[in-house]
Amino acid sequence: MWKLNSVMKTGSLAALVSLAFASAPMAQETMKVGVVGFLTGGASGPFGIPAQNAAELIIDAINNGDLPGAYATPGIGGLQVEPIYVDEAGGSTTQVTELRRLVQQQQVDAVVGYISSGSCLAVAPVAEELEVLTVLFDCGTPRIFEEASYRYVFRTAPHATMDNVGAALYAAGAMDGVNNYAGLNQNYAWGQDSWRDFSLVMQHLNPNANITKELFPKIFAGEYGAEISALLISRSDVLHSSFWGGDLESFIFQATARGLPLRLPMILTTGETVTFRLADKLPDGTIVGARGPHGVLANESELNTWFRAAYQERFGEAPTYPSYHMAQGFLGLKSAADAAAADVGGTPNTEEIIAAFEGLEFEAVGSTVKMALAGGHQAISETAYGTFRYNTDTGMPEIVDVVRYSAECVNPPEGQTSVEWLEAGMPGAICN
Amino acid sequence: MAIVIDGFVYASWIFVVALGLTLIFGVMKILNVAHGAFYSFGAYGAASLIGLYSQTGLPVAGEFVIILLSSAVIGLVLGYALERVLLRPMYGHDEVVLVLVSYAAFLMMEDVLRLIWGSDAYFAYQPFVAVGFVEIGELIVSNYDLMLVGFAITLGGAGWWLLNHSRFGHILTAVIHDREMATSFGVNVVKVFLITFILGAILGALGGAVTAPKVSVTPGMGVEVIVLAFAVVAIGGMGSITGAMIGALMVGLARAAAVHLLPEVELFAIYVVMAGVLVLRPEGLFTRVQARKI
Repeated sequence: MWKLNSVMKTGSLAALVSLAFASAPMAQETMKVGVVGFLTGGASGPFGIPAQNAAELIIDAINNGDLPGAYATPGIGGLQVEPIYVDEAGGSTTQVTELRRLVQQQQVDAVVGYISSGSCLAVAPVAEELEVLTVLFDCGTPRIFEEASYRYVFRTAPHATMDNVGAALYAAGAMDGVNNYAGLNQNYAWGQDSWRDFSLVMQHLNPNANITKELFPKIFAGEYGAEISALLISRSDVLHSSFWGGDLESFIFQATARGLPLRLPMILTTGETVTFRLADKLPDGTIVGARGPHGVLANESELNTWFRAAYQERFGEAPTYPSYHMAQGFLGLKSAADAAAADVGGTPNTEEIIAAFEGLEFEAVGSTVKMALAGGHQAISETAYGTFRYNTDTGMPEIVDVVRYSAECVNPPEGQTSVEWLEAGMPGAICN
Repeated sequence: MAIVIDGFVYASWIFVVALGLTLIFGVMKILNVAHGAFYSFGAYGAASLIGLYSQTGLPVAGEFVIILLSSAVIGLVLGYALERVLLRPMYGHDEVVLVLVSYAAFLMMEDVLRLIWGSDAYFAYQPFVAVGFVEIGELIVSNYDLMLVGFAITLGGAGWWLLNHSRFGHILTAVIHDREMATSFGVNVVKVFLITFILGAILGALGGAVTAPKVSVTPGMGVEVIVLAFAVVAIGGMGSITGAMIGALMVGLARAAAVHLLPEVELFAIYVVMAGVLVLRPEGLFTRVQARKI
């Protein structure tokens, strides 16, 4: 009897063990992805929430096989996506802790995230140390891959050099003689790099042009009275700003109330994010960018038509560029994983996805994206700028006089840093 | 000229916020971190109500009434609740404990704020835009900012009158100088604490409410301002209204001068002033050693 019980127990144990092993492949049928963006704080409204909305939309579509065209196969590399959303608020140290938690406790297979350049600079080396595939979807500082090289980190959005080269080219083309220009940028990596790139291109385009004011207020300062006064009396022809989020909105309110846009037009490299939010509060004539051909600047395609319609239907508003960037991040990941899956004939591992990701060219929502820089880890794409005006007849914002710049015009070539390329006068740039 | 105007505008804004902070510290010896949450609640409350009011088409003057009334109601409710529920049981404990309690309150109130208003920004630009601007030489100055300067001076004057020429002010002064002695003379110190805390909360909410029309009202906005307010209060001397006024002016002028003359140092100009003052007078400009006053 004892023996029988023992045999039964042993048999049950064996059955449990085999069940456990049998269920192991089941667990691998999902891909856990940490999705990181600002869910609280000043950047959440114009950036974090639109990005999270896009993540929800695109993940559902990926899992259900609802994406149009080449993306119609369900899943990423055949795996259903299981997102874990994380708030980017709290600073760089918090993000490093959160990344460790995602990898070591939640055991994510990949991370798609980060809006702030500060966050990206902090998490990239940690992602490398943890050997977790990390797709930076939005942050802009060129320093990520220009000051280090990573195997596990990719950035599917072009960096800030593209934005500021495009801004300078547009300003030079749209305005008669920019001889004096000023800058208002936040005092951290994103703002400093943006202004550096913009002013280098301006020097190249017009060596006689003067910088009249360089202002770097603290990020999230909120009060810009002194800066606006300094700009008002600076006798500038144009103002460049890479402000974003609540800072950008606060600045626009304060600048408009004091007539600043009447004295000098503004070039806002992230201006597209506020076109619908501020509508007629954004001054007519403001030059806006979308950090690529996104939002109303996106190229027409089946994917773009689907994305805009699905986003509008689900969230009741039009998607802005952070939404496009998030979708771009997931489409890049899916393209790489699907290609790797096709190569290996099954579910690919991280190394196989990385191999497929490096140098990948894929169709994003707004344009074609090439992972052309940093050994195939940094994306480039074309970009577009336009001039904002509020259409009082339709009651809707419009962007007119749109100019598109090819990826090879506004991005440095492989092997050169942004500064080297800009200081050399943008050699090899192929502009229309 | 630009430096003076910008300095005064900035000083007025930060003085309105710092006034409540220094009042609470002067009377209650509490370094109230929750003041940042009062500021945020004031901003959100005003922004929400101004948004609703502006849709009615009624005169813009009503929006200024909303700023005053909403901050009074918010400060009254939050100040009363916080003092009665969290702070009162802690009286008699070390000052550090009270700071921690107020910090905990700040964190909780920030979460409550998100529960009520969510994460998206609120706009209340209507009164800011409606009053227009005036040209002074090459400078264009918002009339709202000029009104803010006048409001801050009025508020400072009212505070000075309240302390020096009203019965409540004399009671406050007695409590500030010697709490035990005031109690023995029949002053209800607990009641004085409650009223003071509510007044401080109203001033904090008022700071947020007057700021709301100028900014994108977002979660976390109280964190930034509380650091500045602490700097102003530390410069002027903890618990001194005159000190808060002078501290705000020094900070405002230093920042404006930096932006206009040497933008590279704007970020730490404020803290250079604070460090300089504290090196020379560690207790702040207007605090006498062993003789508190407000």
